[in-house]
Amino acid sequence: MKKLSVYIHIPFCVRKCFYCDFLSAAATEETKQQYVDKLIEEIEREAENYREYEVVSVFFGGGTPSVLKTEDTERIMRVLRGNFTIVQSAEITSEVNPKTADFAKLKAYHEMGFNRLSIGMQSTDDRELRALGRIHDYQDFLDVFEAARRAGFQNLNVDIMSALPGQSVKSYEKTLEKVLQLQPEHISAYSLIIEEGTPFYEWFGEEENQRQRTGECVQLPNEEEERRMYELTEKMLEKKGYHRYEISNYAKEGYACRHNQAYWTRQDYVGFGIGAASLIENRRFQNKSDLNQYLAGEVEKEEQIQLTKKECMEEFMFLGLRLTKGVEKEQFFEQFSLPLEQVYGDVLKKQESLGLLVNGEKNVYLTKKGLDVSNLVMAEFLLDE
Amino acid sequence: MSKIDQSKIRNFCIVAHIDHGKSTLADRIIEKTGLLTSREMQAQVLDNMDLERERGITIKAQTVRTVYKAEDGEEYIFNLIDTPGHVDFNYEVSRSLAACDGAILVVDAAQGIEAQTLANVYLALDHNLDVFPVINKIDLPSAEPDRVKDEIEDVIGIEAQDAPLISAKNGIGIEEVLEQIVKKIPAPKGNPDSPLQALIFDSLYDPYKGVIIFCRIVEGTVKKGTKIKMMATGASEEVVEVGYFGAGQFIPCDELSAGMVGYITASIKNVKDTAVGDTVTDADRPCSEPLPGYKKVNSMVYCGLYPADGAKYPDLRDALEKLQLNDASLNYEPETSIALGFGFRCGFLGLLHLEIIQERLEREYNLDLVTTAPGVIYKVYKTNGEVIELTNPSNLPDPSEIEYMEEPIVSAEIMVTTEFIGSIMELCQERRGRYLGMEYIEGTRALLKYELPLNEIIYDFFDALKSRSRGYASFDYELKGYEQSKLVKLDILINKEEVDALSFIVHADSAYERGRKMCEKLKDEIPRHLFEIPIQAAVGGKVIARETVRAMRKDVLAKCYGGDITRKKKLLEKQKEGKKRMRQIGNVEIPQKAFMSVLKLDDGK
Repeated sequence: MKKLSVYIHIPFCVRKCFYCDFLSAAATEETKQQYVDKLIEEIEREAENYREYEVVSVFFGGGTPSVLKTEDTERIMRVLRGNFTIVQSAEITSEVNPKTADFAKLKAYHEMGFNRLSIGMQSTDDRELRALGRIHDYQDFLDVFEAARRAGFQNLNVDIMSALPGQSVKSYEKTLEKVLQLQPEHISAYSLIIEEGTPFYEWFGEEENQRQRTGECVQLPNEEEERRMYELTEKMLEKKGYHRYEISNYAKEGYACRHNQAYWTRQDYVGFGIGAASLIENRRFQNKSDLNQYLAGEVEKEEQIQLTKKECMEEFMFLGLRLTKGVEKEQFFEQFSLPLEQVYGDVLKKQESLGLLVNGEKNVYLTKKGLDVSNLVMAEFLLDE
Repeated sequence: MSKIDQSKIRNFCIVAHIDHGKSTLADRIIEKTGLLTSREMQAQVLDNMDLERERGITIKAQTVRTVYKAEDGEEYIFNLIDTPGHVDFNYEVSRSLAACDGAILVVDAAQGIEAQTLANVYLALDHNLDVFPVINKIDLPSAEPDRVKDEIEDVIGIEAQDAPLISAKNGIGIEEVLEQIVKKIPAPKGNPDSPLQALIFDSLYDPYKGVIIFCRIVEGTVKKGTKIKMMATGASEEVVEVGYFGAGQFIPCDELSAGMVGYITASIKNVKDTAVGDTVTDADRPCSEPLPGYKKVNSMVYCGLYPADGAKYPDLRDALEKLQLNDASLNYEPETSIALGFGFRCGFLGLLHLEIIQERLEREYNLDLVTTAPGVIYKVYKTNGEVIELTNPSNLPDPSEIEYMEEPIVSAEIMVTTEFIGSIMELCQERRGRYLGMEYIEGTRALLKYELPLNEIIYDFFDALKSRSRGYASFDYELKGYEQSKLVKLDILINKEEVDALSFIVHADSAYERGRKMCEKLKDEIPRHLFEIPIQAAVGGKVIARETVRAMRKDVLAKCYGGDITRKKKLLEKQKEGKKRMRQIGNVEIPQKAFMSVLKLDDGK
């Protein structure tokens, strides 16, 4: 049977964080209920297209999936199980905001089949959390982390962020230390990106443009500090046995997130809920992002794109190279019936000479320096018409 | 169609300082003479290039023929030839004037005479045109028509007491202008039966008709089938069509005879065969000698124009050739730059002319261009006695071979209200100006006379003048000659490599300042690379300014949300697209706009 990953989008949260440009907003209980109803309809309607697939991973993302009432989450899970073949060993993750979950909820999650939680901590410094517009403090996180363990979760991810307003190298180091003491199986470490359309964009502009806020002068770290935080992440995590398997993701042996790897290795995945993206047999399609339309039962999708061979090769490279093990030449040949060197020989040579990439016997992968400037390198793998 | 009575033709133009309402008056004349209904009138009919309407200036001379029924009951044919107002385009003005018998001088009732009013009136008088004044904008609260009348009589010395007081904008007093055209502008002379003698004052390339010649018939008659000959180029063709100018369109007619203004098409393919200023005659019955034509103007400002995409070089060449056809003051020759590849060194009348040509190439010919810093023609006297006219800084000989250099100097007249005299004099001082004198006009205004190096005014002098006089100063200049000067070549080194396209000649005293600004500007324009890039300004191998583009150490996109990779891909595509538009110098990639940024060196000063 063919393998499939399933993404469930829950576009709700208690309040939107200041840096967030994800498709999400606060909503009434009623809206959430209606959304879950429509989501279930969608899953039931679409499932027949995936009869010859077995599901190897499920990911509830958002937004904040944990804002849903436990029974709503359970309804979704039930419908998934009733309509898809989910393998015994499937990785089933939900994102969790520390303020929206307690032991009872997590216990129920575990019982309904979730076996992995991704906890949005971001920082252990309450001042930094407030500056981000997070609704929780560090203690809330500690409580939830402990509750998750107690509920039986043996695979936990913690999100942390660097380059935050008001953050110093010292405080970031503290965050890393405290997280490491808890020994989660997986750590996602992101740099804050100031996205257009967010309050942060208003306050901090595109780059070094800083602004006073609520009387207190909150500043973004300068480039040098940001750089040091970035280096510190890898140094401290690797030392404690976390392997950097992807640009921003670290895991203990055997705990790399399977769902995310499906994205980077271009395995088939289907997304349900507004704005959710899918890739099925080199076709990319996506649901519309309008919540009201979705609630009104409009099921039309965005335009579907059948990727050309050229586009597939490009994606194979720029997605695959996010993984530290890189891409396998043999797989490239299997998928495209062309040797990787024949398509990308010149690029490989140039990037290798710049010290950004290694063209090994079996794999092509980015060097540490190459990972640092991965956008530059990846852009080189876009092919001319 | 009956023969047209020569005594009922009036060929005239309107001259004015920029913004005094020349084009608006032209619109009103066209409107009132009834050729167009008000509904057909688009604002400013004669400015038909998009660029002209956007900038509110007239670049190309435009011509229109209308019919006016005068108070005496007779119908008169008006050929109105619109002329550009900007100092850069004096050449265009003089071309148009040669096709006219008279001129209307428009003066703003509030501002009075300005520098270009004088310049244009003198041009018209030089062409022996009869000039009568019109006082415009009398509806303005600050209008002082009587003062302006006196000023015209005092300063220019032409009769002004019966000048029509008008508001072209509001259509006041236009009838009086029309009557004065009939009465004060002489009818053309010339014998329709003499051998053909016609002056080409403009031409245009039309993809369907080929080259269209705009001409004034001085003697004789031309009609379809006449075998014509261009006296200077010798090209000979049979006439396919003759006609006159409607508003924005060509209206064919049977013949054009002495005194008329119109167009000729003769399936001329090669644009070079019809030189503006040449005389058209009948090949079978030629006139004895050509008309005087115009004196050839010389380009004053030079810069390199390169296609952003090297493959477009032939397109740029064709476009320049076509533009030159109706802009004889544009000249160009091929050149090669290490940094920019194949392109052209082009000569212009001034910086505005340069900008206009650049924009026309980009809009009308769809070309993406890279422009190098504009410069003037320097004379280089070599130790071996040779003299070089230098238009491209890269060709400057080794300093050891140079005896001395000369730069072009202009005589400038600046008209300004007395309160700004101080700040304008200061500006001229900064630009190495030599004060010649000052005349007071009507007590509140002064005419300042300076000699200024041309290379000090081609960049931003005009803008500086306006900003330091709150827009009141006006300015006119003409080339005076060459003077010895302490000039040096400023080189720019990027990552230790000299970039020829960024070199320019500058006075030794301003070299440091310019060099510093160049480096600062380039630092902002050049993206970070994986290594540190020094940007240096050097004179004769000695570095006088330096900036550094720091190395890029981090460029990652951390998150990739829910498998939606479209944004990621867009970002990479943008990155790649940006790279395509870069020029590789050594191992540094320089965005094309960096080459242009040096044009705007004095921004935000």
